[in-house]
Amino acid sequence: MTTATLDDERVARTSTLTKLLKRPEIGALVAAIVIFVFFAVTTSTFATASGSSTWLRGASTIGIMAVAVALLMIGGEFDLSAGAMTGFTGLVVGVLTTEYGLNIWAAIVVSLALALAIGAINGILVMKTGLPSFIVTLGTFFVLQGIDLAGTKALIGQVAIQGMTNVPHYDQAKKLFGSSIDINGSGAGGQIYASVFWWIAVTAVATWILLRTKTGNWIFSVGGAQTAARQIGVPVFKTKVGLFMTTAGAGWLVGMLLMFTTSTVQSNTGVGQEFIYIICAVVGGCLMTGGYGSAIGAAFGALIYGMVNQGIVYSGWDNNWLKAFLGVMLLGAVLLNEWVRKRAETAR
Amino acid sequence: MIGDKDETMKETPEEAASPVTNVFQPAERGTAVIEVRDIGKRYGNIIALSDVSTSVRAGEVTCVLGDNGAGKSTFIKILAGAHEHTEGHLLIDGEEKHLSSPREALELGIATVYQDLAVVSLMPVWRNFFLGSEITKGFGPFKKLDIDFMKKTSKSELAAMGIDLRDVDQPIGTLSGGERQCVAIARAVYFGARVLILDEPTAALGVKQSGVVLKYIAKARDRGLGVVFITHNPHHAYPVGDRFMLLRRGKSMGDFPKDEMTLDELTSMMAGGTELESIAHELERSMGADSKVAQEMKAEIT
Repeated sequence: MTTATLDDERVARTSTLTKLLKRPEIGALVAAIVIFVFFAVTTSTFATASGSSTWLRGASTIGIMAVAVALLMIGGEFDLSAGAMTGFTGLVVGVLTTEYGLNIWAAIVVSLALALAIGAINGILVMKTGLPSFIVTLGTFFVLQGIDLAGTKALIGQVAIQGMTNVPHYDQAKKLFGSSIDINGSGAGGQIYASVFWWIAVTAVATWILLRTKTGNWIFSVGGAQTAARQIGVPVFKTKVGLFMTTAGAGWLVGMLLMFTTSTVQSNTGVGQEFIYIICAVVGGCLMTGGYGSAIGAAFGALIYGMVNQGIVYSGWDNNWLKAFLGVMLLGAVLLNEWVRKRAETAR
Repeated sequence: MIGDKDETMKETPEEAASPVTNVFQPAERGTAVIEVRDIGKRYGNIIALSDVSTSVRAGEVTCVLGDNGAGKSTFIKILAGAHEHTEGHLLIDGEEKHLSSPREALELGIATVYQDLAVVSLMPVWRNFFLGSEITKGFGPFKKLDIDFMKKTSKSELAAMGIDLRDVDQPIGTLSGGERQCVAIARAVYFGARVLILDEPTAALGVKQSGVVLKYIAKARDRGLGVVFITHNPHHAYPVGDRFMLLRRGKSMGDFPKDEMTLDELTSMMAGGTELESIAHELERSMGADSKVAQEMKAEIT
């Protein structure tokens, strides 16, 4: 990237490796490799096609959310309603199609519009009131959770959507959101689900936006120093509301992926996941205080989560160890990130 | 993390979305760009500033001196467009103006470098330099930052100001206070400022760093910019200033060209000679005439 004119004799030539080591996502990448090797060696199923198919699928939906949440965190905000959103959007489609007979594509669009509107409300509330996003989105989280449970029950009399597969054109939508391809011929397991491709695409687009576009520059600046960004002419309001709408949009995408992969959706889908997204983003190098982080790092964070989640099962350990592991990862990552930030911010 | 309540920086999103693009031909050296006549500002029944007159000329440095609470910030807020004046006249290029937003001031080529510098310390120098006015190439959704150009330009622009950076990719937070100040100045110059308002640029700096910043003020002046230099330190103001406007308790104590003023006069006027003398006497009484503090104080006054 640096050209000849930028060379300076006082800067020692940095190898690609040194440059790589300075990236925020490097810690997560190393951890992901270590964890993969560990489970691949200690269990027999982890590294097989069918084994990895399972943990990749688990990582993918968490990963899409983690990437969106990472963008928002770099922009200096949190979204606690992101988890409940994945359930809410699925339920909207489920109720509209199975109960009211709406065309499935129309229902999907309505669901997206609702998600974006809720995201915009989150953003506008945060920006207009000056309240911490933690509180505002905690509010929307509970509202959504309430609607998911009580609303669904009131409308269809039960807490899970049933009969999705009988909805006309269900197959079309399933192709887009819920299909899978076999990697080693038919049978024998080992599919790659559509959500994995969506995950890769979302990560790539987010990374491009963050590092190569104006918008990315603005995201870093509103999270790093909001007043300064405003003084210099960055559209702070637009950037932040856009970020909240992005996490809501990602919530919709994941809602669709979950729903069309399993062909059902529960009222409590996604509840409790919001902190997992934040943990993945932090493990991927995002600062809790904003202004620093990486989208690809969050994807690695989600990969770690997916692998450990499934690896514990394959190892035959008690599933609850996952929680303890997540806590340790989070603390370790926060300490590492703080250290990186201090190094970056202090004068030489 | 919380919404910003800085009311002085109100803007609509539409306004902020468009970078300021007006580029001005540098005016003839010595022509007045801004003229202030008997300007004043009231907040309700509080008179924050009254009867202030001075001018800012291309290629000259106008120093605004005053102690804490003298009305310096009110004065620059009027020039920067953050607050509108309520009395007197503000003339820009000879035309009477009321500046109602910082953006309006920017569009007239008046850029303000605030004390906090408006830099994002975790972002690289070049990203900071072009923040809010990024250069892109390509079309539609594939529009991307022209990173090469921005890196080169920020490096060469900083070099033109005499700041030789090792690496524009380092976070701006790793630069010294003086260097950061200079990046902010160079940025304003590059984006077409013809008047530069510097709000206490040397306040938080050590002796050496202050000297560096003064050098860049002189550089900006030599490039034909009008500079408004706000400070409470006459020793910083005198070497670079062409014109001195002193404020005390919201009132102007006069507006002097350099040839009508010596550093000593400036210092004693600034500190309010008689007031200082009485403090010196008091110190003498309480600490003894030959105490170090009293001695220094005396030396400072006479």
